[in-house]
Amino acid sequence: MVYSVTILRPALELYQYWRSLENLPRFIGELQSVVQTGKDVSHWKIKSAQGSFYEWDARILEDKAGEVLSWESMPGSDIDMAGSVRFAMAPGGRGTYVKVALKYAVTGGKLGAAIAKWTGDDPKRHLADSLIRFKALMETGEIPTVEGQTRANED
Amino acid sequence: MKALCWFGKHDVRVETVPDPIILNPRDAIVRITTSAICGSDLHLYDGYIPRMEKGDVLGHEFMGEVVEIGAEVRNLKKGDRVVVPFTISCGQCFYCRKTLWSLCDNTNPGAYESEVMNGHSGAGLYGYSHLYGGYAGGQAQYVRVPFADVGPIKVPPGIPDEKVIFLSDIFPTGFMAAENCNIQHGDTVAIWGCGPVGQFCIRSAFALGAERVIAIDEVPERMEMAREGGATTISSHEEVFDELKQMTGGMGPDACIDAVGMEAHGFNLAAKIDQAKQALKMTLDRPNVLRQCLHACRKGGTVSVPGVYAGFLDNIPFGMAVAKGLTIKTGQTHVQRYLKPLLEMVEREQIDPSFVITHRLSLEQAPDGYKTFLNKQDGCIKIILKP
Repeated sequence: MVYSVTILRPALELYQYWRSLENLPRFIGELQSVVQTGKDVSHWKIKSAQGSFYEWDARILEDKAGEVLSWESMPGSDIDMAGSVRFAMAPGGRGTYVKVALKYAVTGGKLGAAIAKWTGDDPKRHLADSLIRFKALMETGEIPTVEGQTRANED
Repeated sequence: MKALCWFGKHDVRVETVPDPIILNPRDAIVRITTSAICGSDLHLYDGYIPRMEKGDVLGHEFMGEVVEIGAEVRNLKKGDRVVVPFTISCGQCFYCRKTLWSLCDNTNPGAYESEVMNGHSGAGLYGYSHLYGGYAGGQAQYVRVPFADVGPIKVPPGIPDEKVIFLSDIFPTGFMAAENCNIQHGDTVAIWGCGPVGQFCIRSAFALGAERVIAIDEVPERMEMAREGGATTISSHEEVFDELKQMTGGMGPDACIDAVGMEAHGFNLAAKIDQAKQALKMTLDRPNVLRQCLHACRKGGTVSVPGVYAGFLDNIPFGMAVAKGLTIKTGQTHVQRYLKPLLEMVEREQIDPSFVITHRLSLEQAPDGYKTFLNKQDGCIKIILKP
């Protein structure tokens, strides 16, 4: 799955925000935490419906400041996940093209359920929403929301 | 607080709902002093706009007093009197910077759904379905205003609410529609629809230098109001194309404005087919007026479409547009672009927008107001609400 946005910020700034992997839960839905456990290794946690966590480790593959960051789940995980984010200068002073590619394969076990919970019925939507939120956060400092707003109860 | 909520086709109710709260640092909370019912609210009332949910608070035309501000709002303070544009805009994206405020990238939490439907998503709007973000609207006592540092305009204390409330939507909408006509010296502008937006199109067209404005409708009090604004009127029951042609020496109007949109009534065969298809759910929109605009417009002229359409249109004579080299301009109003200049027009008394008001109701009376407005009863042209 691939999704692109154009963000009116410099590529290096966007790369640096993303490279600080602890920031990812701010805009990637359902992601509880990402903690860097080593130079290129990180520990990912997502919430389960029951209130417990699914967790796995990932490692950085490619890392070029302001250009590309790619990662994959460690061998032996129950989830086979790989992703990359590429930054390229947009023409005409529009900022930066940001393209994210993601791949999931579920080998089995409880983390299959985890991925389903994480990305929902529509993984493409999950990816799109995450990038749309990243762009809003970078351009405006906020993520638009209506969660918690007023409404009437359905009768 | 009390708020007017949507529960289905022809089912709106005033309910008690939680008071709005600050959710993001650039939010403000406004205590509403005046709001209004819009013609486009009637599309929601008639059940034609998808992605409404029971309990949604309606209303996108409102003004009032700032009662709370988020941590990052620096241009407003408690007590400021503001009119709020119906478009929610961040001020920082590609589109906002080009003053295309209704196309903002960063204010629609439901952007993905809108992308699936339209290819790309525009700005969030108050009270206009989850395709536009599902924001709670302002037919209520209080409202949460996101990006309060970008939208609302402060209005001076001396001017009554009734003179400035329409800066929120219909005055800028009429003005932008007229501006989109690219009016030149000597131009005749034909306007279909003498509802409130059409009324502001008429006055805006003259303000922008039109030689003559011809307005088309069938409701007597609306045509009378159009004439009071300087327009010549034609009944929509006449042979409109022929009338317009004779009135313009055979050329046709230089610009045509569709201020009717997707729920056009019509009396010709094409209109009947639209209605039948809509009843069978084969189509969403009834573009009877748009067809007439494309037909009547002179060669090389402009068709300006402030009217709201939601989906796909059948049987549009696009070949006419190509054969005549027409320009078609559309879209949701870039309200923020017009707030200051139009407020100045009101302040120097070049226009008094309150002319369009025929009914003043309390919020509790709003459900009846929707019925009255829909059926054009009791001479109804525009309703304002006092919460």
